[in-house]
Amino acid sequence: MTVSSFVVTHHPLSVDDVIASIGDSTKPAAGAIALFLGQVRSENMSKHVMHLEYEGFEPLAIKAFRRIANEARESWGDARLVIHHRLGTLEVSETSVVIAATSPHRAEAFATCRYAIERIKQIAPIWKHEFFEGGDVWVEGATADPDDQEAREHAYRQACI
Amino acid sequence: MHITVRLFARLRDIAGSGELVRQVPDGSTARALWDQLVAEYTEFTGYRDAVSTAINEEYAKMDRVLADGDEVAFLPPVSGG
Repeated sequence: MTVSSFVVTHHPLSVDDVIASIGDSTKPAAGAIALFLGQVRSENMSKHVMHLEYEGFEPLAIKAFRRIANEARESWGDARLVIHHRLGTLEVSETSVVIAATSPHRAEAFATCRYAIERIKQIAPIWKHEFFEGGDVWVEGATADPDDQEAREHAYRQACI
Repeated sequence: MHITVRLFARLRDIAGSGELVRQVPDGSTARALWDQLVAEYTEFTGYRDAVSTAINEEYAKMDRVLADGDEVAFLPPVSGG
């Protein structure tokens, strides 16, 4: 079964699917794979989180992931990215995002993986609705602007620490 | 011109719908459409400098001139990951 590199889904994420997708897209074997999994925290800003609801603008999210992968390739050449993001209701400790970055060498794989999560938080059209004890709130982070070079450079610096 | 408006997250909650159809004059920009929505939904006011837009499923600038039948999405600050 072929698994896409860039996915948004209401179904639970599978690290195996992400790894399988790398297998489909890499020739020969990469050498290094860096994985990042985002997980629903039980505490956020001193609040006890009960669950999250993720909403996304799906076609634009896929394009944003593709854009992030192209940006990463500009910085780290051979690095490739796979990004699977969950939508819908997630309980505490469930996985919200799986990112895999592959490269011939570990430094580029780690950098690409870190860059990807920073850029997702900046430009992916996805929103968290947090339900905590006593209320709920839409979490609002970055104003999405893919052409904001300052934001992109910030993500790059985070990746290269 | 007929424009389909897509709203997400808190903007959708405020409007009570994720999809609206609105009429705008020829030559209107995404910003003009947004201002029209702010007049309709006063709680949108706080998003004036924080909203992003996508036209026909591509990110766009607020000064983009719209065409009849465009789908214009307004995106509050994002929080994926």
